[in-house]
Amino acid sequence: MRHTLREAWSGLRRNLSMTLAVIVTMWVSLTLFGGGLLGAQQVELAKGRWYDKIEISVFLCVKDSKGSNCEPGQDATQAQKDTIRNTLESNPEVQTVFYDSKEDTWADFQRVYKDSPVLADMNADLMQDSFRIKLKDPEQYQGVVSAVAGLPGVQAVQDLRQYLNPLFEWLNVAKWTTIGLSLLLLLAAALQIATTIRMAAFSRRRELGIMRLVGASNWYIMLPFLIESLVAALIGAILACGSLAAVQKFLIIDRAQPSLKSVEWIGWPHVGLAMLGVVAVGVVLSIVPTVIATRKYLRV
Amino acid sequence: MITFEDVTKIYDGQRRAALSDVNVTIDKGEFVFLVGSSGSGKSTFIRLVLREYRVTKGRIFIAGKDLSRLHSWNVPSLRRKIGVVFQDFRLLPGKTVAENVAFALQVIGKPQSQIKRLVPETLELVGLAGKENRPTEELSGGEQQRVAIARAFVNRPAILLADEPTGNLDPTTSIGIMKLLDQINRTGTTVVMATHDSAIVDQMRKRVIELVDGELVRDQSKGVYGYQ
Repeated sequence: MRHTLREAWSGLRRNLSMTLAVIVTMWVSLTLFGGGLLGAQQVELAKGRWYDKIEISVFLCVKDSKGSNCEPGQDATQAQKDTIRNTLESNPEVQTVFYDSKEDTWADFQRVYKDSPVLADMNADLMQDSFRIKLKDPEQYQGVVSAVAGLPGVQAVQDLRQYLNPLFEWLNVAKWTTIGLSLLLLLAAALQIATTIRMAAFSRRRELGIMRLVGASNWYIMLPFLIESLVAALIGAILACGSLAAVQKFLIIDRAQPSLKSVEWIGWPHVGLAMLGVVAVGVVLSIVPTVIATRKYLRV
Repeated sequence: MITFEDVTKIYDGQRRAALSDVNVTIDKGEFVFLVGSSGSGKSTFIRLVLREYRVTKGRIFIAGKDLSRLHSWNVPSLRRKIGVVFQDFRLLPGKTVAENVAFALQVIGKPQSQIKRLVPETLELVGLAGKENRPTEELSGGEQQRVAIARAFVNRPAILLADEPTGNLDPTTSIGIMKLLDQINRTGTTVVMATHDSAIVDQMRKRVIELVDGELVRDQSKGVYGYQ
């Protein structure tokens, strides 16, 4: 074991410039990759129930709401609500109808804006009762919209997908661009590791030859190289994790969250998940090229 | 100890056989010269025993084990039972005599306590006592070959293979190396030595196996290098 560690350490030092190059490439590419993972989680989070589960929201009249189907100063009556619900449930395009009371909406609102001073000026009465409708086929919303839009007690009908689609399309493009770029960089990092290890093995080929001749196991011969590339990759991965933490702290918590509160932002658990992904990819990307690069010297 | 059964070896991309239909048995404790001109198949013989290559046809048994059925992950354990020395010594530069010998034990995971005992013992045996801490580059050719023999023998292998061990040495030094190999042979180790040094073969009067163009043409106990 002492021999193995000493060999790994001397390998790292001997190829210091290559080791540094591997670390920096790993750092940048894994940071981008982790950024892609964060972006993907952010998109999912922002979509949340607003996008995936709900296609159409039917907002009902409340005391203060204005709308041609509303009686001023009055909530939608129970009879109106029943009619609306029946109309929705009998529509063949509708799969499920959810009812969100003011109180439900208020609870959600409090969760999303939990650190905001806005909460102090709000209360449940400022929320609206609403039906949320899940469609069998999300593309076929016009029929449902026109069926309930004119009913008494309906203040407004909103098809959220219509508003959110362009935004999410752009977010998706950004996410896949980041992941694609990071994959290219990760490929470069893997090739760099393979080259570094191949050079290290070549410079020690006499020793490797003798080790094979006297019956050292393949595992024993390969281990110093594995440790060497693993150390470089892990340093790169740790730096990448630090960068992701910095992004979360300085970009999301300090800047994005205060300025755009209507969106639910990713938190530390999401960052942790991305870090796990970064470390796992870093480990795989160091082991696989090393095994391939040293195979030639291990062939018996 | 070593048995070749109808062994043929044809290297990839070559049409001529490096060894063809070789049948030979070498018993435990024997001393055998493998003679023949360059390219006659002596080195191929040695490399097949080491399982550096697989046979094309036939079977090789080492200590009862069939090499063609030996999985590549068991090759290291085979090689721990075989010591090898070469014409060019193959020592590690930048390491001392003792370090070169100890290296062979370290890399197969022998405990430090055994290494401390075996290395001086073996250096004493090969006549290098007192030179443990010399860098190998400072030694004469004969001494370097002794280091190589010490490295091959330090793990007390059952078989010692020597591929032209005296090829780079002058006659007087060669005699010293031969005495050492003979001494090792007397401990019960099977020694197979490939050579085309006729003086040595004629002098030693051991079993001689002659290869010509990959074919075994002579197997003679207490033989000489050639008939002439």
